[in-house]
Amino acid sequence: MIGITRVNRALPITNHQSPITGANSIDEFAQGASEWPTDLSRRRFLQLMGASIALAGGAGCTRNPPEKIVPYRDQPEEIVPGKPLYFASALTIGGYARGVLVETHEGRPTKIEGNLEHPASLGASDVFMQAELLTLYDPERSNAVMKRGQIATWDDLLGELAIDAQKWKTNGGAGLRLLTRHETSPTFLDQIRRLLTKYPSAEWHEYEPLGTAAAGAIYHFDKAEVVVSFGADFLGSGPNCLRHARDFAAARRPGERMNRLYVAESTPTLTGAMADHRFALRPDELERFAQALMSGSDPLAAKIAADLQAHRGKSIVVAGEHESSTLQQIARQLNEMLGNVGSTLDYPNAVESGARGLRELVDEMRGGIVDTLIIIGGNPAYDAPADFEFAKLLSKIPRAIYLGLYQDETAALCQWHVPRAHELETWSDARSLDGSVTIMQPMIEPLFAGRSRHELLSALLEEAPSSAYEIVRAFWQSQHNALDFEMLFRKALHDGIADFQLSTGESLTSAPLPPPLTSHLSPLTLLIRPSLRIIDSHFGNNAWLQELPDPITKIVWDNAALLSPATANRLSLVSGDVVNLKFRGRMVRAPISILPGQADDCVTVHLGYGRTRAGSVGNNVGFDAGILRTSNAMWGGDGLEIEKTGVRHELVTTQNHFGMEGRDLVRSGTFAKFRQRPRSIARGNEPAPREDETLYPPVTYSGHAWAMVIDLNTCTGCGVCTIACQAENNIPVVGKEQVERGREMHWIRVDRYLEGDGPNSRTLHQPVPCMHCENAPCELVCPVAATVHSSEGINQMVYNRCVGTRYCSNNCPYKVRRFNFLEYDANRFEQPATRKLMRNPDVTVRSRGVMEKCTYCIQRINAVKIEAEKANRAIRDGEIVPACAQACPANAIVFGDLHDAESRVAKLRASPLNYGLLDELNTRPRTTYLAKLWNVNPDLEVGA
Amino acid sequence: MAQLFKRRANALARLTLIAIPLLFVGAAVTLFAYARSDFWTRVDSPVEQPVPFSHQHHVGGLGIDCRYCHTSVEKSSFAGIPPTETCMTCHSQVWKDAPVLQPVRDSWQTGAPIKWTRVHDLPDYAYFDHSIHVKKGVGCGTCHGQVNEMPLMWKTKPLYMRWCLDCHRAPEKFLRPTSDVVRMDYRAPRDQLALGQKLIQANNVHTAGLTDCYTCHR
Repeated sequence: MIGITRVNRALPITNHQSPITGANSIDEFAQGASEWPTDLSRRRFLQLMGASIALAGGAGCTRNPPEKIVPYRDQPEEIVPGKPLYFASALTIGGYARGVLVETHEGRPTKIEGNLEHPASLGASDVFMQAELLTLYDPERSNAVMKRGQIATWDDLLGELAIDAQKWKTNGGAGLRLLTRHETSPTFLDQIRRLLTKYPSAEWHEYEPLGTAAAGAIYHFDKAEVVVSFGADFLGSGPNCLRHARDFAAARRPGERMNRLYVAESTPTLTGAMADHRFALRPDELERFAQALMSGSDPLAAKIAADLQAHRGKSIVVAGEHESSTLQQIARQLNEMLGNVGSTLDYPNAVESGARGLRELVDEMRGGIVDTLIIIGGNPAYDAPADFEFAKLLSKIPRAIYLGLYQDETAALCQWHVPRAHELETWSDARSLDGSVTIMQPMIEPLFAGRSRHELLSALLEEAPSSAYEIVRAFWQSQHNALDFEMLFRKALHDGIADFQLSTGESLTSAPLPPPLTSHLSPLTLLIRPSLRIIDSHFGNNAWLQELPDPITKIVWDNAALLSPATANRLSLVSGDVVNLKFRGRMVRAPISILPGQADDCVTVHLGYGRTRAGSVGNNVGFDAGILRTSNAMWGGDGLEIEKTGVRHELVTTQNHFGMEGRDLVRSGTFAKFRQRPRSIARGNEPAPREDETLYPPVTYSGHAWAMVIDLNTCTGCGVCTIACQAENNIPVVGKEQVERGREMHWIRVDRYLEGDGPNSRTLHQPVPCMHCENAPCELVCPVAATVHSSEGINQMVYNRCVGTRYCSNNCPYKVRRFNFLEYDANRFEQPATRKLMRNPDVTVRSRGVMEKCTYCIQRINAVKIEAEKANRAIRDGEIVPACAQACPANAIVFGDLHDAESRVAKLRASPLNYGLLDELNTRPRTTYLAKLWNVNPDLEVGA
Repeated sequence: MAQLFKRRANALARLTLIAIPLLFVGAAVTLFAYARSDFWTRVDSPVEQPVPFSHQHHVGGLGIDCRYCHTSVEKSSFAGIPPTETCMTCHSQVWKDAPVLQPVRDSWQTGAPIKWTRVHDLPDYAYFDHSIHVKKGVGCGTCHGQVNEMPLMWKTKPLYMRWCLDCHRAPEKFLRPTSDVVRMDYRAPRDQLALGQKLIQANNVHTAGLTDCYTCHR
């Protein structure tokens, strides 16, 4: 007889040992929530079952508790309860603005979208814009002014500054230093300028750990037919990448012509994954490659050079901002030689900002000159170059005042810490890379009594206390003191783009040039790069970004040292081995991950992890690659040594296998073949069955027929669709341990496949939401009809019917159904009260034991349908935009009505490239794909 | 040895066998009936409010239009509960010292809103939209009853899903001309079915999708 206790042993064990610490990890979730009691006797089992049946019966009979309705005292005129309002503003990364439209429900921001009219967004958003919402509501943001770890008040600080001001007036502000990140805010720069005029001996220093946008060129990828990139990830990172992705997609969509992309890079990037010809090269090889392109000395390079020559004035050569100045120089020269300047790219006039760098500040701190250091934003104690020993120096400064969002590493070392108002909580302004100005307006009062940097500067300037609004407005009024100011100011707020002319020159670039790489002497080269997820210490405590798989490695909740298969083989390392990375006398312990496409003998590490004071979400996630980052090797260099430790670390990914194993999940071919035989590319290995090859009665759809087409030619695989969906649909975060069990909740994932072998294998990205199959396998197996078809062809998931059998998920060939195993909504990532404010009120917050999946954003469909019906008109094509499609920078996702013959989706479905994923199963998916084309250079061998 | 059980015991045993299932069925029927009873659904039981606002007086007596206070009923999913300011448009002049209106005056002075108790409380997973129902000719009274006769508000319908579906399956039984939506004295005509069919055409009611789950749940 099989006892229940014996069955129990076969169940998975939740407390696993961490290979690094050797200690049992603490269970993140309520005790006993996930596992069976360990000694469960038959009698106890029956008791529990009986009790749960009785309780379930009883619980079903409770009444809803009485609910209150709380109206306004005076209802603001523009608010219609139940209808969202949208406000234009901007969010910054590395100082540069990307325009946003923020959806607010009765004063609560619930979703961030790109601003269609903003040149750096064009309506698209990146993962950081989307994730900013979670940071806004992060309950662990600091909430009080602190003086030496004790709660103090803003007035206490003002009192101290007033005393100092007397001293500064006599000595001209000697010993007063201001440290900011890269700043583009005209108001703030004006305040700094005035402060430096007031105290001529004071100094302003700028430190931007991300570096700044390389060499300030503005590219027009829509006009380029041939693009060559030397390690530049122009599609995946940088302040203008949304515009680049959109422009690039415009020239990429296969038609009469299609652009061609050559990428030579040391570590795989999203841009490299889009390349028609990709070369994995070590930094020194990369330099030689670029030189060969100039001289045409190498046969391969000569062919690429010929292709460039054939597209004079219609090509772009771009060098990555982390690459050597030699490469930057070569790219610039090539563009000039090819006549691209002025046609596909422009060099705007860069003005020096006048800020000094971090090195000068550190020298002065060492010399004991600095007695008051005011740090505005950033987290230099964590991300300053390791050789500066900034943290040590900071702790010795007599008075350091830190304005920051979190009680982080820097806050811990400063005497004063002032909570900073989030960008969505206060007034400010910022510029985008092309110089356009956005005036940023608050969406909500500061949740945690934050202060703006303008208020702090105003206090230093001894101005009458004024709000950030008054300061920003006064600055713009001083720039444009005319009768139409009010109108222009309001228009700027409404549009999210200001039309003001500035009377003073503004700084736009202050990029510290990376040091030239020496020739390849040592066996290994270190490449230090910002993470594509936790790009900035600002996002360290952001669970959405921590759980969003890295687009290249699919690793979540971790970073790793990336090695090519050949190098790993040579060093006899496998993924998950923990090694000591030794670089120029510094050492960090890191797990390694093997990454095809990585250049041999190169090790890539990502910054932003290994935090000690990020908060409960971000602490001790990954390792701190910044330990290896020194001021003369900001992006790495030669001389890396790897030492095996014999320890292992579990790296968790959402996709463990990158081969398609001969299946035709992503169908691809060359552009030349497509031009000859258009239908040949999307044809699968097995033909799709005829429509009537089914035992089920045919269904006709009379009204709308919703469908989605995903263009694999333009999708860059950035993953913003996943996070936009998460924000829109109240999708919970589950944590590393649950992802390891395959329980991530993302409704749309981006699969990544590798095609071909060797270092130059191709990467294919494929976003996979619910396919909304017309013959949906999930529907047939649900015993309670909790998933059924709508009259418009949507596969509906009815939460309040679902009893959690998970049969549907088992029967889904696409594995897009997500089961809420553990009341994720109430776990440590989701529980705090502030998070409730963030929820989209138009979407149910699901509970434990319920299956969920992509709904095609039914709340948006219904909202548009209702408005159209009220106005008695048809729904316009493009009026309904699901969250993923709205966020997509490449416009790769198109949604619409198949029954509207003029709709974009109907036309794309008719494209010869259109195919359904696993359509041989006769699921007849409503979500289909456009097969991927490679515009290979016929002179180069295919796959070379 | 004598038999322990008399012959009569056989009948008793048979009776018990029949009685046990009957008992279960009876209990189920009783529970079911109870769950549908007005007592359980609180139909027809007035709900206490911080201010005993009388629709009977304001609607029935004074003839104030529904939309004077429920301003967003034609625009939004939520019909809207009037802000204190709306109350004060009249009550700063009339009944301005009435003790029963003290909470309204308090709210006006302190800025703290009045917390009304919800009478019609749908489950959170049902997304009802007032504006589309009003536009398509579902009268206020069809769901809310004769509010012009209610001194305090109460439900007149159980708000169960089957009740929603009664109309979503056969809207022709309930629709009225859009001009009569807010009228409290409206009575359905004798040929309601014919009128309903006509209104379905005229108001462009898409009956095909009305019973889709995603029409109300998401």
